Parts: sequence; C-alpha cells; structure tokens
Amino acid sequence: MKNKIVWLTLCLASFLTATAQNRYFTKTGHIGFYSHTSIEDINAINDQVTSFFDIATGEMVFSVLGRSFQFAKPLMQEHFNENYMESEKFPKASFEGKIADLKTCDFTNSGKYPVKVAGKLTIHGVTKDIEAAGNLTIDKDKITGESVFPINPEDYGIRIPSVVRQNIAESMKVTVQMNYQLYTAKK
Amino acid sequence: MLVGTSIKAQNLNDLLAEESTDGPQPVEALFKATRVINGHSVRQLKKGELDYRISHRFGRVNSGAYEFFGLDQSNVHFSLEYGLLDRLMVGIGRGTYEKTIDAFVRYNIANQQRGKGAFPLTISYLSTIEAIGLKWSDPSRTNYFSSRFSFMQQLLIARKFSKMTIQLMPTFVHRNLVPTEMDQNDLLAIGVAGRYKLANRLALTGEYYYVVRPIPQRTTQKMYNPLSFGFDIETGGHVFQIMLTNSQGMREGGFIGKTTGSWMKGDIHLGFNISRVFTLNSKKK
Repeated sequence: MKNKIVWLTLCLASFLTATAQNRYFTKTGHIGFYSHTSIEDINAINDQVTSFFDIATGEMVFSVLGRSFQFAKPLMQEHFNENYMESEKFPKASFEGKIADLKTCDFTNSGKYPVKVAGKLTIHGVTKDIEAAGNLTIDKDKITGESVFPINPEDYGIRIPSVVRQNIAESMKVTVQMNYQLYTAKK
Repeated sequence: MLVGTSIKAQNLNDLLAEESTDGPQPVEALFKATRVINGHSVRQLKKGELDYRISHRFGRVNSGAYEFFGLDQSNVHFSLEYGLLDRLMVGIGRGTYEKTIDAFVRYNIANQQRGKGAFPLTISYLSTIEAIGLKWSDPSRTNYFSSRFSFMQQLLIARKFSKMTIQLMPTFVHRNLVPTEMDQNDLLAIGVAGRYKLANRLALTGEYYYVVRPIPQRTTQKMYNPLSFGFDIETGGHVFQIMLTNSQGMREGGFIGKTTGSWMKGDIHLGFNISRVFTLNSKKK
C-alpha cells in the first residue's frame, strides 16, 4: 500500500514537471527596428514584449504593443503611432510560429543553437507568412532567443507618403532578443 | 493529475493574452499643434522640443477690392516656445497687433488614458502675460508702465473620442487699463474648441469663446465673441494651420477681450499659423 502511494506521488510529480517545465516566457522582451537612409536614421526600441516559447513543440508566440516603441524624438513616436501603425485601430502586432528544426537543439545541454523560425506575423492588421533565422542560447534554465530579419512596411499596408519617402527606408532591420525564463502557471 | 491537465489544456495564445493584459496607456495626439487656432490646445511640447511659430492674419475680407479683400494688410505674430520638462512648457512672442510682447507658462496636470483604470481627461493650466508696446494715445496725462499689462489664467480640459477631440477652456482675463469705464477690467469667458481628424495628416478645427459681459457695451465700438474655423495640415515636423476668424489678435488678451469683427457683417480674416518643431535634446538610447 505504502509503495503504491509513493509510486503514485512520483508518477504525478514527474507528470507535472513534464508538462509545466516546457514553457518559457518573458514580459520584458526586446524588439527594435532600424531604418537607414542618407537623410536620417530612425531607431526604435520596445522593451515590453510578451512572448511564450514551448520547448516541447517549438511553438512561439509574441505580442507587441505599438505604443511601447520608444524613439529618440517624441514627434517621431507620435507619427509612428498616428500615421503609420495607426495604433488606435491596430494596437498590437503579433507573431505566431514554430521552430522548424527543433531536434537540433538539446535543451539539457548549455550552448548556442542556430534555428529557423517560420510563422505568421501580423502588423497593422495585415498577416504575412515569414521565415527568419536566429539563435537559441541555452544556459541551464534560461533560454535566450535572438534574430535579425528585414521587414518592408509596405507589405503590411503601411503607406509612406512621397514627402517623407526619402527619410524612411523601404526595408527595416528588425532585431529580436528574448530572455526567456521558465513559466510557472498561476493558480 | 487534474492540475497537470489544466495546464496542458491552456494553449500559448491564451497564456499570452493572460500575461499581456495592459495597464492604462496614454492617449496621444489630442491636437497636432500647441494652438487650436488662436487659443492654446492641450498639446504639450515634450522636454527638449523647441517650437518656432509664425502666424499671420490678413485684413477683413469685406474690405473690398482696393484692399484686395484684406490680403494687403497683415498682422504678424511670431513666438519661440520650449518644453522645459515633459509637463512644463514656456514661450515668448511678439505681435504687430498693438505691438505686444507676450510670455506664457503652461503646466500639464493630467493626461487622458485608455485601458483599465484610465484617467478620462487631459488637463493643463495656462498663465499668460502681455504688454502693449504702442505709444500712449494721450501722452499729456500720467501714464503708468503697469497700464501696459494684461494677464490671463486658463484651464484647458480636453478629451479625445476616436477621431474627435473636444476641449473646454474656462478663462479669466485681467487688464490693468481699459479704454473706457464701460470696458471691464476683468473678463470671464468660457471657450470651446474641437478637432476632427479627416485623414492621417489633415484635421478640421474650430474654436469659440463666450465672453461674459454683464454690463451693456459702449455703442461706439462693439465687441464680439471670437469664432474661428480652420484646417490643420501636417507634414513631418511642420504643422500648417489655415483659418477664418473674426479676430485680429493672436494672443488671449487680444482675441478674447478685443474682437471687433462680426461674422454676420463679413468682418472675417483669413490667416495661417506655421509651427516647426525641433528636437534639441533627444533622449539618449
């Protein structure tokens, strides 16, 4: 009888750890973008990105508030939200995707693993399939995800008027850096 | 076991929605420029922003072909305004109308927010001082330097409803010297202003001040309530405002207390404001 209880408890415990320990998350993820033209450089940083990452399935989800992007000039920030992102109508950008080559990552071994992520990126209410290469760095119970990829605003229905066409690059460099921690569900 | 399955059942998107519930976020761009038309808007210059403004009011459109419908005459006002702090801005200006020099301080008390527990209004307090620089009309009598001054205190209360912003301005004007006994030294007024966003860079604006005048006005020079309509056109760091108004003055002492034009009689001035914002001290990142 006693043995049975111990066995059950162990079984339950291992099941719980197996399900609960495959999810990682961050609420302070970092996404930036950079636009370079001969006239001006525009740099924006968002340090309040929420993201979840499931190491068992390779699924990744991101949620980004347009208004949380910080610019050097307050006027740029306002134009970004008012005229380009239309943050009133589309407050959030999101990504839902999967790591394709998850098998190459050994989550029990610390190290840096190159990965490919594919999924659906939604900006300004427009959803597109994208693919990006990146790295996963595993350090015990911390996982860092990094990627750099280009985005063309016009692909997402963001119209740039001819007056400022010279100031805004056609393709922007997006930088993603997520410092994931183990997620423990709230009760 | 049950706990385990309930965790498993929750998918990543549900978790994401749960974790990214946001607190109150500021509502921005209630107005595009620091002035609605003649009067101030709640639009604040942020710390380190310098706004150089040039305003013109032409003559009255009913002045006929000889004055080229008012375009031959022009009143100019220019000013430099600066954000000392994100909530505190100051400005100095010069106008050809009555050869005035003016200055103001404005403090942003509260900001409208959206989301849970959001504050519903943007509120600012504005205090202005103006000095008339004209030569004394009667140099033979004792003229005091203090007689040149007038002051205004105003509360700006605004709320944005998606494309529309409405602003109320309870106002108190004090003038040290007025032309006759029938002109009040102290004026109370309530202003209402609005902006409607027509396109991403184009908005319709309007502004009206109801001036409380408890005593009958003198018949030689009747004063009217200022009423103005305009468009805001935005191009990058510039805001171009074009308007029709019945007042010639571009500062509070001028347009609230001394508007002599009547819309009904066609005493309408065409005018424009140009605002150029420079960021002198950008955030280091």
